[in-house]
Amino acid sequence: MEPDLESHLSAHGESARKEWKHPSDHWLRGFVLDNRASLGTLAVFVVMMAVFMVANPTVFTTWYLYSSVLTTLPVALFVVVPLVFVVTCGEIDLSFPATMGFASWVFALVVQAGYNPFLGIAAAVLTGILLGFLVGSLVVYGGLSSLIATLGMNFLLRGLIQIINEGKSMALTGLADSSAYKIFSSQVYGIPVQIFWAIAFVVLSAMLYNRHRFGAQVKVVGDNPDSAQQMGIDVKRVRVKVFVFVGIGAAIAGTFSVMINFTWWPTAGDGYLLPVLASVFVGGTPTWGGIGTVAGGAIGAVTVSFIQTGVVAAGLSGFYVQFFNGLIIILSLLGHKWNQARYR
Amino acid sequence: MAERIIELRDIKKSYGQVYALGGVNLSVDRGEVVGLIGDNGAGKSTLIKILSGVVRPTSGDILVRDKPVTGWSAARSRDAGIETVFQDRALAVQQTIVRNIFMGRELTGFMGWLKVNKEIEEASRLMREIGFTSKVFTPHSIVGQLSGGERQGVAIARAIYKQAELIILDEPTTALSLTETAKVFHFVRQVRASGRSILFIGHNIHHVFDIADRFVVLDRGKVALTADRSAVKSAEELINFMEDVAHPGGLAGLHEAVEAEQRVR
Repeated sequence: MEPDLESHLSAHGESARKEWKHPSDHWLRGFVLDNRASLGTLAVFVVMMAVFMVANPTVFTTWYLYSSVLTTLPVALFVVVPLVFVVTCGEIDLSFPATMGFASWVFALVVQAGYNPFLGIAAAVLTGILLGFLVGSLVVYGGLSSLIATLGMNFLLRGLIQIINEGKSMALTGLADSSAYKIFSSQVYGIPVQIFWAIAFVVLSAMLYNRHRFGAQVKVVGDNPDSAQQMGIDVKRVRVKVFVFVGIGAAIAGTFSVMINFTWWPTAGDGYLLPVLASVFVGGTPTWGGIGTVAGGAIGAVTVSFIQTGVVAAGLSGFYVQFFNGLIIILSLLGHKWNQARYR
Repeated sequence: MAERIIELRDIKKSYGQVYALGGVNLSVDRGEVVGLIGDNGAGKSTLIKILSGVVRPTSGDILVRDKPVTGWSAARSRDAGIETVFQDRALAVQQTIVRNIFMGRELTGFMGWLKVNKEIEEASRLMREIGFTSKVFTPHSIVGQLSGGERQGVAIARAIYKQAELIILDEPTTALSLTETAKVFHFVRQVRASGRSILFIGHNIHHVFDIADRFVVLDRGKVALTADRSAVKSAEELINFMEDVAHPGGLAGLHEAVEAEQRVR
């Protein structure tokens, strides 16, 4: 007999909603409780910016400062967000810088060969999917530690790029006239347009994380893989999928970074490894898996990208950058530890 | 007579030379709570695994609603309406009650997007059905915030989803306090009231005695006793019986049993 869901809903739906009110009666309290990790990250960001602004009010009111952050931030966002999924799933991926380099290399090759940049983007994303699948399969079906295996893949793929290109970069001067550049990398009223694409990506991913079967299964697998298996979830498949997701994000990120500079370097993506990882954890996604926050990760990325700019703009020398990077990371972790309980 | 949900006839299971089950007969009728009791190593776990289709018996027949089935498997067991709540509870404790109830069978609509409101309504219906109502907890509550008994409630609610007809509870009150055990009993009674059957496994006889309509005592792979609740006067009677079965003739018998066991080894 099939369960009769429809008639039940009409009869009990309203009463169910009344019976199960959120533990906190006021909607605002409920919102704060449900989003405490990302709100905590936001608080860190606001306090940090306030300190910078007090240190040097004039620089922080000039638009140029924000414009430069908004140009590079989107690249980070495209990898930070998929990494939140990976960490929630109980894994880690350190191979994304090489995937960024590899996929953007494919993009550069296609564009240099005179093809439409849109075709190049498609080829780059396809490369990202394939590399993500390769890395994911190696970890999941090979039964390897994701920490070590993805680190190895990062070296291996970067090594391949270096061997074939012998350190030579590629200038893509024709890119500036293409329609792809106008859509993905120009400016609208002085605002770098890529930030809108990045925001759209973050919003879509947050919905995937909170309102989609994929996000639900990623969380359950990261929380209790045995239980997920027992309840019929294909745990290995879910794990491979998160690595593929990182591959897609890294490919988009790499392509955007090439479009900003009109040049592809064999080191493309390398500088993103540590800032991106820091962003995920500053954002409030814990290391143990099962829970996480996409919005927090995005705010974490904003925080991390403002540290360097902010320290220099506040009048301190560049020698302070690393110190403040570390300080913000440690303070955020302490804050999150206090802010969220771990259930076992 | 009530409909017979499942019947096992002369089920044997051996692992190599060792017999875990040596010809067990067991049946569960609709709306019945059967208490399966037995000491460690009596074969309870093997019997549960056979019922849930994880393990295949070496020989014997399985009848679902009086019809013999062939090719018994975990999928067949689920199709027959049998749901097992395993001992380790198998919950994802950092997730909400809703996410645990719909683990692996999320209610989704277009392109895999979750039907969030429908899931909450279904979850509250299931929780109400087993009498799991609380002013403190909602379907949005994190399972890690619940007590042991309440967590069993979530596992039971998950099991009765999809019109399960027989719920197997594998030692659901182990490691629970008295109040928490009472909560689990409350859920079990609600499930019975809804017309479903329960196979309640435990080695604490007092727990099983309070809840079961019928007792099945398993000893060394064989059914040592099947008794209706009305036929047994007290839990003590059952305990005495089990001691007699385990060590016939009191302490002298115990020594003999130990020696016999040593000879086997």
